[in-house]
Amino acid sequence: MKELRLMKGNEAVAEGAIRAGADGYFGYPITPQSEVMEYLMAQQPEKRTGMVVLQAESEVAAINMVYGGASTGKKVMTSSSSPGMSLMQEGVSYLAGAELPCLLLNVARGGPGLGTIQPAQADYFQSVKGGGHGDYNLIVLAPSSVQEMFDFAFLGFELAFKYRNPVLILSDGLIGQMMEKVELCEQMPRTTYFDRSWTLTGKPDGQERNIVTSLDLDASRQEIHNQHLQEKYRKCKETEVRYELIDTDDAEYLFVAYGSSARICQKAIQLGRGEGIKIGLLRPITLWPFPAKPLVELAPKMKGILSVEQSAGQMVEDVRLSVGCGVHIEHYGRMGGMIPTPEQVLENLKKLLITK
Amino acid sequence: MDIKDIIKPENLVYQKTPLMTDKPLSYCPGCGHGTAHRIVMEVIEEMGIQSETIGVAPVGCSVLAYDFMNVDMVGASHGRAPAVATGIKRCWPEKFVYTYQGDGDLAAIGTAETIHAANRGENITIIFINNGIYGMTGGQMAPTTLEGMKTSTSPYGRELKSMGNPLKMTELLAQLPGTCYVTRQSVHSPRNVRRAKKAVRAAFESQKENKGLSLVEIVSNCNSGWKMEPVASNEWMVEHMFPFYPLGDIKVDGKLVNNQ
Repeated sequence: MKELRLMKGNEAVAEGAIRAGADGYFGYPITPQSEVMEYLMAQQPEKRTGMVVLQAESEVAAINMVYGGASTGKKVMTSSSSPGMSLMQEGVSYLAGAELPCLLLNVARGGPGLGTIQPAQADYFQSVKGGGHGDYNLIVLAPSSVQEMFDFAFLGFELAFKYRNPVLILSDGLIGQMMEKVELCEQMPRTTYFDRSWTLTGKPDGQERNIVTSLDLDASRQEIHNQHLQEKYRKCKETEVRYELIDTDDAEYLFVAYGSSARICQKAIQLGRGEGIKIGLLRPITLWPFPAKPLVELAPKMKGILSVEQSAGQMVEDVRLSVGCGVHIEHYGRMGGMIPTPEQVLENLKKLLITK
Repeated sequence: MDIKDIIKPENLVYQKTPLMTDKPLSYCPGCGHGTAHRIVMEVIEEMGIQSETIGVAPVGCSVLAYDFMNVDMVGASHGRAPAVATGIKRCWPEKFVYTYQGDGDLAAIGTAETIHAANRGENITIIFINNGIYGMTGGQMAPTTLEGMKTSTSPYGRELKSMGNPLKMTELLAQLPGTCYVTRQSVHSPRNVRRAKKAVRAAFESQKENKGLSLVEIVSNCNSGWKMEPVASNEWMVEHMFPFYPLGDIKVDGKLVNNQ
């Protein structure tokens, strides 16, 4: 029988993590994601599954606890919101460099600086273009419903261990705070298998010790390591692109939007179609790897493409890089925690792509 | 008598622990790090816990500690070793977890992580090497640099009014209820090496009994950074460092000693 529950996005991802068999959560309170740790503490997952939950002294400490936990081969995670994610970036770079699997969650808010506590999507560059130092990529998942907040805890851990790479769920304050119906799946057991080719479990007698590090003082070896990382990212690009197409079959105009903006665009599509404007939506589910290929296939059929983001225009750069010249591409967004209405989105599609 | 007649098991009085790898140490000749590494590894060998131990290397001169210590190890970012150790210990509470950190790592950039790991009573062991200077980056002022001490960023000597005071992190940590065993040792003489090794053993035994955080500070020389001959640097350490950083136990079994 289906287990249905009305949940906040932040609660759903926490429940998802427990049921995905997570071993540890390390976090620090910040609005609008504090319900993640609050929910976990209230659930006492140590009693439910043995999962450890610890409130760290800072985001810097939290991400380094994740680094330590991940180095042992356990399923560990953290969550934060924009300013806290900035603090974590050094640790994220280390995790990627040392090839440690872990799950990160950013319930993004308006910036820059301390900004606001309302929803925003202005951390796209930080999430998909690096954020920390060095050549690395995160696998970035963008949930647009509370159900996906739950589901991506499972998918996130799965991809993290498949590629030995950090996976980031880039959500926002709207998805984190709103309540929706969620279909829960059954509890997965916590893993008891630890791959001795890289995990720290204590050096068994007669075997080599394991060393987890992102350091190699020999530049030629460091380059080889970087080439290995790039090869891994290339494979990931080939196989892990995820996206959703809505009403694109007969569409003449295309929204490209993720997360909460994709939900707003769905309503704007209905409004537009009511007026006879045939609009469709490409919703990237993986922001990295970016769904360039389906976008390239759709683009020639469109009179114009509107990238809708709650930012000054960040993902639109990837839309333009993917499609190139020849198709009219514009960006519409609001900033600093303001959420565009479907009417505003439709009005701007008309203004930027039709009457212009 | 030939040398082959002497090299016999019954004549063996000392042997390098197999828990130190054969890789040549990257430390300057005369530096205390090598001895400190060795006694930590000897204790792990003697306790028979090599297969249950996970170490955390810092950033600083001992950034490559995992090249020399033959146990599972992870390299932390600068100052974060106690947080990394916390993550490991919480995931594997039954394993022995230790960090090996210098003064810049533990007492400057990592102050928050150190104090909060201690305050939570994380059941880990910290080996803290205090030589009053940033050795690896070329001898800059450290949080533990003494008043008047010349470094590359205090070329006229540390002046307290503008550069702050040398930080007695170990005494500070001893005040926290989460710490169980806190001691300050040195490795500049055979007697002190023996005492330091006993202290490291006591620290790991305390971890074995789940008593909370144990910390062994080792006041050490940095002959290169201090720009002295090794012997002279040890003499300078005895004369100048020990009066400010006195050796001995500060907290034993959760109780402060000598009314500290």
